[in-house]
Formats: sequence, C-alpha cells, structure tokens
Amino acid sequence: MTLATEIMHYAIIFAFVIVGLCQIMSMVRLVIGPSTGDRIVALDTMVINAIGLIVLMGLSQGTRVYYEVSLIIAMLGFVSTVAYGRFVLRGDIIE
Amino acid sequence: MTYEIVAIYAVVFCLVVGAIFTLVGAIGLLKFNDSMTRLHAPTKVGTVGVGALLLASVIYNGVFNEGAVQELLIMAFLFVTAPISANFIAKVNIHMRSCEKLPELPGDEHWATLDVSDEDQDLTKDLMNRP
Repeated sequence: MTLATEIMHYAIIFAFVIVGLCQIMSMVRLVIGPSTGDRIVALDTMVINAIGLIVLMGLSQGTRVYYEVSLIIAMLGFVSTVAYGRFVLRGDIIE
Repeated sequence: MTYEIVAIYAVVFCLVVGAIFTLVGAIGLLKFNDSMTRLHAPTKVGTVGVGALLLASVIYNGVFNEGAVQELLIMAFLFVTAPISANFIAKVNIHMRSCEKLPELPGDEHWATLDVSDEDQDLTKDLMNRP
C-alpha cells in the first residue's frame, strides 16, 4: 500500500463521517422543522446525501455496481419531492 | 505510475471538497432562521457537494476500472432536477404562509403563483378544515 492509496483511504473515511453527520443534521431538521416546506427540504437533502453515501461505498469497495442504485434513488427522490410539493399545494398528486 | 498517483490525489481533492460542501449545506439547513433561507442552503450547496463526490468516482473508475461516464449522467440529472424541486418547495412555502408576504407589484400586475381563486388563497385554513 503506497502513500497515495493510504491517503485516499483516509479521505474516504473522512467523507463517510461528514456525509453521515449531514444525514443526522437534516434528520434533526426533519423532526423539529416548524413548517411543511422545511420538512420537504430536509427529506430532499437526505435523499441527495444518500446518493453521496452510496457513491462513497462504491469507491471504498472499488467496484462500480452501485451506480444504477444511485441513479434510481436520484430519480425517485426527485419524483417524491415533486409529489410532496403537489400534494401540499393542490391536495392531490395527479389531477 | 505517476499519472495514477496524480489521479488518486485528484480523487482525494474531490472527496474533501465534496464532503465540506455537503457539510456547509447541512449546517445551513440546520442553523438558518427563515424557511426561504433554509431552502437555499441544501438545494445549491449540497448539490455541488454530491456532484464533487460523483466526480471523484468518475476519476477513480476512469483510471482503475474501465472508464465510467455513467456517473456523469447522475450528476447531470441532479443538476437539472435540484432547481425544479427547489422551485416547488418555494411555492409550498409561499402558499403555506411560512415566509414573508410577497411584496405588492406596481399597477395591475400580480404574482402568477398567487393567481388562484379566493378560497384557494390561504392553504393553511384549508388544511385545518380538511377532515
């Protein structure tokens, strides 16, 4: 193990810790958030951070089988955010 | 060999930048004091942070596995959809009255998002009455 790969190992651990911390912080906002908009923002942030976590997992294992997972989560996250917004705005998702 | 080392340092740089941007977005989401300002932090900064993480994955897989441009697809998708969802959440904030009232426009003009019938104007009242 050369110096460069060791540094990358520590960088991946650092990024894991930081992104996990971000998930916890947005979960706090999801619980305390005073308005509905805040809760939707917190859920959207959690979906985006989950994509980051999956990408980091693929990096740490050196495979790229996880890219389809993150693509599907990105699409479903966008659709669910829009569905929440439409449900609050119109009382219905598909009119 | 040297160019692989350069690629690894590029991956490390992208990882650190992405982690810090994501952290800044989450701190903004947690600490700001108004719904509209809270909306701004994660939808812009967090998207850039995850974009940097995906860029790190692209560089790593491009050098050590057989090239991977599919992560660029996820990046493009995220960068396109983040403003759209932010726009929807801003509309929710406006209609739920959880931000300041929009300023009056001069003359006969009015805000397009508030251009609905009178009984639909105040969604909070409507939500309270809903069974």
